[in-house]
Amino acid sequence: MTPEPISNLRSGEQATLLSFGGGRAVQNRLASLGFTPGVGVNMTQNYGFGPLIVTVRGTRVALGRMEAAKILVLRSRVQ
Amino acid sequence: MSDCHSDEAPISFSAETPLIALAGQPNMGKSTLFNLLTGLNQHVGNWTGKTVERREGIFTHEGREYRLVDLPGTYSLTANSPEEVVAREFIVRERPQVVLAVVSAANLERSLYLVAELLTLSAPLIVALNMMDVAAQEGIQVQPEALSAALGVPVVPLIASRAVGVRDLLALTRQALEGNLSFCPNRPAVRADHRQILNQIQTLIENYIPQPYPPEWVALKLFEGDSEITRLMEGLLPEAESQTLKDLLRQHDDAFLAVASGRYEWIAEMLRAAVRQPKIGQIGLTERLDRVAAHPLWGLALLAAILGLVFWLTFTLAAPVQAWMEQWLIAPFTAAVSAMLQPAPFWLRSLALDGAIGGVGSVLTFLPVLVIFFAAFALLEDVGYMARAAYVMDNLMHLMGLHGKSFLPLFLGFGCNVPAIMGTRVIDSWPARLLTILIAPLVPCTARMVVVAFIAPIFFGANAVWVSWGLVLLSLLALVLSGVLLNQFLFRGQRSAFIMEMPLYHLPNARTIGLLVWQRSAAFLKKAGTAILAMSLAVWALSFLPNGDLNTSFLAQFGRLLEPVGRWMGFDWRLTVALLTSLPAKENAIATLGVLFGNSPQAGLTQTLAATFSTATALSFLVVTMLFIPCVSTLAVIRQETNSWRWTAFSVSLFSGLSLAAGACTYALATALGAG
Repeated sequence: MTPEPISNLRSGEQATLLSFGGGRAVQNRLASLGFTPGVGVNMTQNYGFGPLIVTVRGTRVALGRMEAAKILVLRSRVQ
Repeated sequence: MSDCHSDEAPISFSAETPLIALAGQPNMGKSTLFNLLTGLNQHVGNWTGKTVERREGIFTHEGREYRLVDLPGTYSLTANSPEEVVAREFIVRERPQVVLAVVSAANLERSLYLVAELLTLSAPLIVALNMMDVAAQEGIQVQPEALSAALGVPVVPLIASRAVGVRDLLALTRQALEGNLSFCPNRPAVRADHRQILNQIQTLIENYIPQPYPPEWVALKLFEGDSEITRLMEGLLPEAESQTLKDLLRQHDDAFLAVASGRYEWIAEMLRAAVRQPKIGQIGLTERLDRVAAHPLWGLALLAAILGLVFWLTFTLAAPVQAWMEQWLIAPFTAAVSAMLQPAPFWLRSLALDGAIGGVGSVLTFLPVLVIFFAAFALLEDVGYMARAAYVMDNLMHLMGLHGKSFLPLFLGFGCNVPAIMGTRVIDSWPARLLTILIAPLVPCTARMVVVAFIAPIFFGANAVWVSWGLVLLSLLALVLSGVLLNQFLFRGQRSAFIMEMPLYHLPNARTIGLLVWQRSAAFLKKAGTAILAMSLAVWALSFLPNGDLNTSFLAQFGRLLEPVGRWMGFDWRLTVALLTSLPAKENAIATLGVLFGNSPQAGLTQTLAATFSTATALSFLVVTMLFIPCVSTLAVIRQETNSWRWTAFSVSLFSGLSLAAGACTYALATALGAG
């Protein structure tokens, strides 16, 4: 398993959050919305272009593709 | 609840009206609770020196009066936005006797994050556990008593949308105010591996912390990299300490993650104690609706359909009311004033009839349009749809270096540009907000559409509908182009981050919508009574002085002076003057033409206009009207929201240049095509 940006996940896929960049203001905003290392994330909607929706700690969060590209995750194994 | 700390002084009960603050994250039902408690006894204003809305109200419970301040909805209390600074400064400085923290039982994990921050601020907290019904629907069981025991503060279960549990909340608030409740909060701790360094920071700064701030909290905010507190402490610390602090913080620049993780670990502990059945991975209503509403293609189609419906509804419902107002309110009122002022001097009658009533009266007939538009907007906002509209528009907004959130205020602009510019407050980054403010006046508002609706049929007959649509599209095209160019040249292609919660859909609340419509309409009426009235009178004075005849007035002289410029666009001086008088309110242009062409009744005016001007001139006049300098109310609000005369002046020059260029091109092109 290698780290990859969250925007690589397809709709319905699960992953574990590793780290995120984007500058302090963005990082603080993400942290207060529930993004912390080790948390499980679920890609709710990703059509491969435009913004996407990630569910984290029961909250659905819309992210721009630019922001999503800076969030690294480890994909959960597909059973 | 029993005493746990003997040293914790009970909160003293003040003889004056007790001050209560309402805190909570967005989408937790905080406004619903605020509206429920205060009803129409609320005042909406601004926080001093900030463009953040301040809502304050009074309510009575069992014969006693309370002051309730609605703090801005924020996810945390770290200085990411002015809202967060306002909320925490209020708690630290104004020391409300009770802070009601609204959390959602349906989303307890995230909503307790703000509670964790509030506890660190040592605020006397009561947790309002809202949305118990939504939680039950989702199969989540939260036990208020267990949560209260775990948190160490009172918890009241609530369904604010149906006013369930409010009595208990108020009873508990009263008990707290009387000192009959003691708090022994279980405060979240920083993760063990960072505790030592946090202590080190606290020791370093301890003697320099300004009065109302709790030392632990300041140390924690420094640790989190909070920009405001960092700047504050850097200014207060001596050189050596300041340098040591900087070095310490640089070595631990990921500390904010330790703090956030620590809070979520604390939350997990609370959840283990209080939540019986966690949410199972079922597909809820929200997810199913979003498959359409947030789909890149169907979502846009749905948005277009909703927009179309809103406009259709607005104009279908408002037109008869407008006509009714014109006929039964404005006309009789004008007649009455006219009769009353019969013996008064001519200038006074003109001042009252043409200046005051002519200006403000015509603006007032827009009220029905705005009320219906605001109601539709508030409904879409309240059910949770607006976040989806922002989401599907994100791609298009990226063309201008903006993101989805900027779409919402622009949408509001179709009703009136004034609330649109106020609405840009939802955008968190300043450059993106400024850019949205600058381009917002290009959204064609209802007032401009009235001018189009009057002029277009005169010159284009059956094709007027297509001309109107073309003008709207032209405006929007100008909006996108200016956005792209301004972004390139002013902001050098900077892009702000798009991070937005997608709230659950829920049933609309009539009270919330009603109050929102009332507040926006009241703000508009207030403006009509002040700024619009003042400007109407000023323009009237210019059109009346020096000798009471518009044709020889200062305004006409000015119009003649500008005639050479006007000629590029095919205007004579009268059209130039009509355009200038559209500054207080866009639809004034028609009234001015009426006056300039010999006070002829409007039926006669259409024939006169058709006979006087060519189609090319008419088209160019319409194009210029669409793109001209924003009306005075809009400019006032641009000044207020940017807090800068420079940007206001920039806006004026941008739109003068743009409208002049577009008008001249239109005229040249139309003449070349034989419409001259």
